[in-house]
Amino acid sequence: MSFINVLSREINCKIVYYGPGLCGKTTNLQYIYNKTNPDAKGKMISLATETERTLFFDFLPLALGEIRGFKTRFHLYTVPGQVFYDASRKLILKGVDGVVFVADSQIARTEANLESLENLRTNLAEQGYSLDKLPYVIQYNKRDMPSVAPVEELRELLNPNKVPDFEGVASTGVGVFETLKAVAKLVLTEVKRQAG
Amino acid sequence: MATEPKRVFGSLEELMTNPQMVMYEEEFNQIQAIVVRLVKEANARVVFVIDKNGQEIAKAGETDQLDTTSLASLTAGNIAATGGMAKLLRENEFTTQFHEGERANIHIQIVGNRVILVVIFDSKTSLGLVRLRVKKASEELNSIFEALLRKVQDPNRETPFAEITDDDIDNLFND
Ligand SMILES: Nc1nc2c(ncn2[C@@H]2O[C@H](COP(=O)(O)OP(=O)(O)O)[C@@H](O)[C@H]2O)c(=O)[nH]1
Ligand SMILES: [Mg+2]
Repeated sequence: MSFINVLSREINCKIVYYGPGLCGKTTNLQYIYNKTNPDAKGKMISLATETERTLFFDFLPLALGEIRGFKTRFHLYTVPGQVFYDASRKLILKGVDGVVFVADSQIARTEANLESLENLRTNLAEQGYSLDKLPYVIQYNKRDMPSVAPVEELRELLNPNKVPDFEGVASTGVGVFETLKAVAKLVLTEVKRQAG
Repeated sequence: MATEPKRVFGSLEELMTNPQMVMYEEEFNQIQAIVVRLVKEANARVVFVIDKNGQEIAKAGETDQLDTTSLASLTAGNIAATGGMAKLLRENEFTTQFHEGERANIHIQIVGNRVILVVIFDSKTSLGLVRLRVKKASEELNSIFEALLRKVQDPNRETPFAEITDDDIDNLFND
């Protein structure tokens, strides 16, 4: 749910990075954090286990610049990927304005991707959202790994509606900002649509 | 419609059909005044109001030294998690939380099922006083947010983002 403050001319939106465990969600946020000017970002918070697996969420507040005097602020969240953290994932989806589905391109993770995408749909539906109506993009991450599925195959499997999709190597930053910009743009367009 | 039953900030489901929250100057000033007064009357260090998604709405007190953006998101996460626990226990929401530290204490109050009022205080004051002042402030905040929600749902409302064009949005991302 976007939040517009008329007085301070600020618009705040929430973007959630979703996907199976270890697909690179936290790495996306870390890369964005590392490459952003200090004045455009807040602290990155990671509620993680001792082994750096996301326990509840990662959070990164980010300013993406001004549109006609409106400051655009995005709150980026990741969810914990492991199956048994489903209750936490549902909570993080509350009030979401845009979703990035990070897929793990490795052939061995095909089923995990499908399962996670299905889980995303279910959890959104439970709260009255539909993935088909929400600003939504996909990133095929880990393109640098040795045994990855061809992008065409991933696309067919995970992106039947042909939403914007990107190849990524989050650990080196490939595709990270492209993905973020694409979803941010869809979110702002949706805010505008609802305002007009 | 005058006959419509009075509702507080609306359930999540209702909000889905109205996914935008707009804060107008009038209500913002009212909220800010309450927050400033609460700092004084409760003798608190910091008071802030956030929505359940962790967006900061208003703050007052010694906020300079404090990363309120992070605090807001963590508080919202905390409230969401406790709300989830409540659901499992078939409880309504736990509306109040209190965390006691060595020097700082945090009092968290859900207002009207919609926003969260956070008070940070130390030994200069007491939990009793904080509770008392929070009670009054949350009632006032509740009616302001009710009015705000009616305004946001009014189809003839001022729409602050409507003047922006697709080109404006494109330009933000062409660098
Ligand atoms: N080779 C490679 N490793 C990656 C890539 N993205 C993330 N990783 C690594 O994969 C592991 C899990 O990433 P993480 O971001 O914690 O996954 P999350 O569970 O989705 O948050 C970490 O060791 C990352 O460094 C990538 O594009 N290529
Ligand atoms: Mg993670």
